[in-house]
Amino acid sequence: MIAEIGHFAVILALAVALLQATLPLAGSALRIPAWSALAVPAAALQFALSLFAFGCLTALYVTSDFSVMNVWQNSHSAKPMLYKISGVWGNHEGSLLLWVLILSLFGFAVAVFGGNLPPNLRTRVLSVQAMIGVGFLGLLVFLSNPFERIFPAPMDGNGLNPLLQDPGLAFHPPFLYLGYVGFSIAFSFAIAALIEGKVDAAWARWVRPWTLAAWTFLTIGIALGSWWAYYELGWGGWWFWDPVENASFMPWLAGTALLHSAIVVEKRDALKTWTVLLAILTFSLSLLGTFIVRSGLLNSVHAFASDPGRGVFILAFLILVIGGSLTLYAIRAPALRGGGLFAPMSREGALVFNNLILITALATVFLGTMYPLFLDALTGEKVTVGPPYFNATFAPLMTPLVAVMAFGPLLAWKRADLAGALHRLKFAAAATVVALLGALYFAWGGPVLAILGFGLGVWVTTGSMVEIVERTRLFRASAKDSFNRAIHMPRSVWGSALAHAGIGVFIMGAAGALGWESEKLQVMKPGDQTEIAGYTFVFDGARPARGPNFDATEGTFRVYRGGELLTIMQPQTRRFANPPMETTEAAIHPTRMGDLFAVVGTPVGDGAYQTRLYRKPLINLLWTGALLMAFGGLVSLSDRRHRVGAPSRRRVQAAGVAAQRS
Amino acid sequence: MRPKRRRLALLVAALVTLGIAAALVLSAFEDNLVFFNSPSDVVEKRLPPETRFRLGGLVEENSVKKEADGLTTSFRVTDMKHTVAVRYTGMLPDLFREGQGVVTDGRLAPDGTFIASEVLAKHDENYMPPEVADALKKSGHWLPDGEKAPPGGTRSTP
Repeated sequence: MIAEIGHFAVILALAVALLQATLPLAGSALRIPAWSALAVPAAALQFALSLFAFGCLTALYVTSDFSVMNVWQNSHSAKPMLYKISGVWGNHEGSLLLWVLILSLFGFAVAVFGGNLPPNLRTRVLSVQAMIGVGFLGLLVFLSNPFERIFPAPMDGNGLNPLLQDPGLAFHPPFLYLGYVGFSIAFSFAIAALIEGKVDAAWARWVRPWTLAAWTFLTIGIALGSWWAYYELGWGGWWFWDPVENASFMPWLAGTALLHSAIVVEKRDALKTWTVLLAILTFSLSLLGTFIVRSGLLNSVHAFASDPGRGVFILAFLILVIGGSLTLYAIRAPALRGGGLFAPMSREGALVFNNLILITALATVFLGTMYPLFLDALTGEKVTVGPPYFNATFAPLMTPLVAVMAFGPLLAWKRADLAGALHRLKFAAAATVVALLGALYFAWGGPVLAILGFGLGVWVTTGSMVEIVERTRLFRASAKDSFNRAIHMPRSVWGSALAHAGIGVFIMGAAGALGWESEKLQVMKPGDQTEIAGYTFVFDGARPARGPNFDATEGTFRVYRGGELLTIMQPQTRRFANPPMETTEAAIHPTRMGDLFAVVGTPVGDGAYQTRLYRKPLINLLWTGALLMAFGGLVSLSDRRHRVGAPSRRRVQAAGVAAQRS
Repeated sequence: MRPKRRRLALLVAALVTLGIAAALVLSAFEDNLVFFNSPSDVVEKRLPPETRFRLGGLVEENSVKKEADGLTTSFRVTDMKHTVAVRYTGMLPDLFREGQGVVTDGRLAPDGTFIASEVLAKHDENYMPPEVADALKKSGHWLPDGEKAPPGGTRSTP
């Protein structure tokens, strides 16, 4: 019963979405208020129906109802509850349903919090949101029904791939989707603005917090995926430039550019058409990202099963959304007149530079990701573009942007004094020199690029803090005074400083992990010892171990530092029964300056095993940096000026006035 | 600056960035485009030694041998028509099995052995790399029941 009711809810949601996509739009064009007024209740209803359908599928997973195909394929009665629930979105159909749920949630949020939007704008935004919903719901109803039954019902399910039974990965897709779908709001606002032919500061004030929220979620989602790959896949990599990763990274790059260009629209009334284009681009890449992974389009390390019917539908949908919005853009964008003039050396100039670099870097990633697809489609020739391509193009392009990031926020609007900004950065410059000398001393003879990268990271991190230090008058005023100033400083200043510092911390981590890693691959017998980066590993052999739903071989390493026992590391190789599969479980010991990483492989006789040991310096800074970025996003989001529309109307107006004044 | 000159400055900046990007892309692309070849391709195209490519097919039954150092494995990759000998030093992925599909990345040595620098991890028992499936179809040894798609694939990233 539950499955049928859930399916029915999805069909109803499709009907409501069709209604919401057409009538209110027509109503606002033909001035029929009754039609326009449908948008808000329709958005609420669509959310309720999607939530209900999602609840139904979750209930089927929780009760392990294997008469439903989707549950049978992806779940197992003996699976822990967390992974029964995360199994809901660990597959094509369920992940689409999650997409729809989040889309309708955001639509509902616009309906609820959009009270202070011009009524026509809100109506149009909701209609455009519903159009996207129609595409996804149609796919769910006609080609990817998660509620399909099988008869007779099997006794037990196929189980979920053990690699996916992991907390990091359980929450990775929802965060990624919150990011992807969050950009749909910016997209809907852009389309609505094109229909109206008007983009102004108020429009940008609305788009910014939504984009920021989406960006924050996407950052967390990407970081979770990378962290999972690091500790779960057993070879200690954290970014592979795999098409699946690039698919989520491209919207992130475009979204980062959008985040910055929207500031210029709000503060200076310039870059309007460009910002609208970026909003379209960002969401288009989000759609592409969703489908690239879910349609089996790519033969990546983690390719998915393909289905021609779905492929055609998805392609048609992509062409309709991207082609349609770009056509509308071509027709209407010239009507959007830009205002504010500015000199190249100004805050706006720095933000334009940011956009230029981000989009160029995005283009190189896009080329490397999509070229194999195009070549395969056109000639049938199979190629891959390896990580060295991305390292050789992306890193050099981004370097100038990262270097400029330290003083961009110090420049004034309109016309800035570069010498003054550089002068304010003298402490950051000093810190960078010290860091470079320190890195040279500790990593003498190592790769030069790692040292330069580390210096760059320190430069950005310290440079981003300059504004905070100056505004709080740290060390110059009393501690209490500084604290007061810190609290009363606009949160958005804190937010951007933290996020920028996060980039710097991330770069330090990347430099350490890529440049200063030590690795040893060897066969070890019980009692053998080996040294790596000042740590002595003694192998005590391997013995069988049992887990809740697997058998394992567990190796034991005693790790000594300076003659003292530091820790005992016990990596495993695990054999699962449902589905039958082996995994490598690395042992990771975090230290203050990075991780120790140990893997035990296959036996080679006489109790000897293949072993692989790593010292990964500073790798913890990667995740710290990513967290800082996301935290900066959240802090900025909590800024009063970003909360337009969320609280009561009067406060909003007050905040709006404050924002205009600043 | 006047609007016209400002626009010109912006245009020049964009062109310079694009030019640098194009140069980087062109120089990096050539070296990092890795083609996929089946054992039949290797034989028929007479690929010269030292070309880097990806070799994929099935791991031939009874061909996997560990060498004395315990770390080097030699095996043969087949598309049921031709076979190529492969050597790899390192840890094999968890699901490396005789009779299963595999993709390796490396170079041909002068003696015709493929020296793999990477053996790609495929994390699912039923999983058949799409390139390998294609190669088997071409050589006419595709078993349709092998087409059964894995439930859920190998990674749930959306």
